[in-house]
Amino acid sequence: MTFAAIDWGFILTQSVTQALDFNAVVYALAAIGLNIHFGYAGLLNFGQVGFVAMGAYGMGLSITLWELNPFLAVVVGMIFAAIFALILGLPTLRLRSDYLAIVTIAAAEIVRLIARSTVMRPITRGAEGLNEFIGPFRDLSPFEASAVYGIGPIEWRGSQFFAVVVGWALVALSLLLVAQLMRSPWGRVVKAIREDEDAARALGKNAYWYKLQALILGGVIGGLGGMVQALGNATVQPDFFVAPLTFFFWLVLILGGVGKVWAPVFGAVVYWFMITFIQNTGRQLVDEGLIPTSIMDTSQIDQIRFWIVGAALALLMVFRPQGFFGSKEEMALDAR
Amino acid sequence: MLLLVASLLMIWGPGLAVAQEGESVATRLRYETVEGDRVPVEGARITVATADGEAVAEGFSDAEGNVAIPVPGPGTYVLTLDTETLPEGVILRDPERVTAETEVLEGQTGRTIFSLISGDVTLDTDDGVSFRQILQLSVEGLKLGLFLGMGAIGLSLIFGTTGLVNFAHSEMIVWGMLVAYLFNFYGFAGFLGFMAGWPAPFGAGVNLAIAALFAIAGGAALGYALDKWIFLPLRERGVSLISQMVVTIGLSLILRYVFLFIFGGSPRFFADYTAQSALQLWIVDITPKDLITAALSVLILVGVGLLLLRTKLGKAMRAVADNRDLAESSGIDVQRVIRSVWVLGGSLAGLGGVFIGLSEQVSWNIGFRMLLLIFAAVVLGGLGTAFGALVGALVVGVGIQVSTLFIPTELKNVGALAVLILVLVIRPQGILGRAERIG
Repeated sequence: MTFAAIDWGFILTQSVTQALDFNAVVYALAAIGLNIHFGYAGLLNFGQVGFVAMGAYGMGLSITLWELNPFLAVVVGMIFAAIFALILGLPTLRLRSDYLAIVTIAAAEIVRLIARSTVMRPITRGAEGLNEFIGPFRDLSPFEASAVYGIGPIEWRGSQFFAVVVGWALVALSLLLVAQLMRSPWGRVVKAIREDEDAARALGKNAYWYKLQALILGGVIGGLGGMVQALGNATVQPDFFVAPLTFFFWLVLILGGVGKVWAPVFGAVVYWFMITFIQNTGRQLVDEGLIPTSIMDTSQIDQIRFWIVGAALALLMVFRPQGFFGSKEEMALDAR
Repeated sequence: MLLLVASLLMIWGPGLAVAQEGESVATRLRYETVEGDRVPVEGARITVATADGEAVAEGFSDAEGNVAIPVPGPGTYVLTLDTETLPEGVILRDPERVTAETEVLEGQTGRTIFSLISGDVTLDTDDGVSFRQILQLSVEGLKLGLFLGMGAIGLSLIFGTTGLVNFAHSEMIVWGMLVAYLFNFYGFAGFLGFMAGWPAPFGAGVNLAIAALFAIAGGAALGYALDKWIFLPLRERGVSLISQMVVTIGLSLILRYVFLFIFGGSPRFFADYTAQSALQLWIVDITPKDLITAALSVLILVGVGLLLLRTKLGKAMRAVADNRDLAESSGIDVQRVIRSVWVLGGSLAGLGGVFIGLSEQVSWNIGFRMLLLIFAAVVLGGLGTAFGALVGALVVGVGIQVSTLFIPTELKNVGALAVLILVLVIRPQGILGRAERIG
């Protein structure tokens, strides 16, 4: 029953590994997408997990159902996410932002419910999900599936290391794209719409069309996140894409700073480090008897994540909405 | 606080914690109900064999549906589910898949799943649609719509008076459900462990009808507390509506997982009125509890309607919802009206929770599904209008139930949500909303 028994080395190694793992990539990509939606275009997307799911299913189905080659599968995943953006955006982008929030959260749940339904079972394999798409990607991987890669104590199996490398490359590309776009005339128009839609329209800009483009772009980048998830876990299961995940992405975005290009990456890394650190520490405290099981057992440690996310989201939004690096002036906080 | 948590946990005992040494195989047996809830299966038998078909072990699922069976070493194992040991009416989604294979790595647990459903999920009879079916489903839909309406009115009024979309509203419904459950089984001792030996209602459970009153009070108290300690300070700080909306989301996550922490994952039932045989009214089957709760809902909703139309407070609520600045300048205390709206919304949600728990089951995670249906109702009726919310809720309720004649039961909620999106295309202001530019 001592603190000395806690293996801090293990906890730190785990935390750093998770902060760099493909999960952090998934969160980073989803939050980069959200950043385009909320940070630059001022769109309240509460269903980012739906875009992530569309990307993952688009890629998975391309292989299991249509037997396309892996590169085409990625393109199909992006098209899936883009179509989802069109379905959501066309009816709602003319309306006030809270309508978009309600519709996106509902639509993301629709995607999950349909994907796991018995009716769609011949296609999506229902609740079990897609498991047989990984082969072609493994063939592309230069890494030995069972070998161990990494730096020092931070290591991955080759099968997952591929997802880690591809994932961070995608993050870098997306950041580059966002940085260039936001410096371009297109980015300035989008930001102008966020600041004052009427003024932008008065200048002859088609605000609706620009917002739709932003929704599609951010959704496609979120879809890439879904594909990284699929690569890393070698499975696409509908119940991975539950609604709270969207708000984990939101926390990652707000943590870094809304409207800053690389903030989502910072947010994702910090988020995964903190969550892993807290959960592992909690687990060891329970194992060592420092937290009696009458108060909490190891299975309940995992629930702490939701408390932390909920509290952090609420507190950040009230006391520091700009996060670590953002600026308050650049946030679209007024409901329109 | 610690004492409280500890006393609660003593009542329910710790959750699952299966210590694992060496290799094992594990699965979790839960079946899915028509509503999409997962119910654990206890006492089902799983046999384990090696890939060559040599039987090595067997085990039974515990109260949480968990099965963990130690195996001799790493390798591939085949788990076979003894379908004879499943509860009545529970079947495999795919009857062919009684076996599942899993690979066990050194020192690890190999996991696999059996997909179980409640037998009535697949009871799709194809002998056409009868008038009786439509009527039966409409009655069930009206009942659901009334319960949804209790939540929808509160959500809509809060939106109307403050402009805030309250994503935590469904957790107020679950809160009411759980408060009623605690009083129903443990009385005040459910919250304050030291009262355990005292007479009812302090140390022992009370009848659900009385517990429901506590749920109303609990809902009102939660609404009051949320406005007083969270949203009033936020308004005074000038925190924007979008920030407040994100705060309600954070709040809903916290509340939902506090409920799970205290209440545990498996769905439960109230102590009273759970198993009832249906009465036959003309050609419609309805259980007495459904009849009574639906009638009570009608009474209460009429009462709320009268409150809004006839009383000074109700008129003030509608005035603030209509035009806040004008209301304020004509001498209405807007903050007080908003506080009343939160209290009213909380108590209605609390009672709605009891009714939903009685008609379906008591579960920590029923809230999110309810939230989406309430959104559908509120948008359908016109965001911000109390009566529109009620009409929307009834339409959504009936629509959901009747739609099961044409689409699979498991997709009935999807239908409601798809309608939500369609409404925004065709008539974004909703059924009772005024046509004005809302973009």
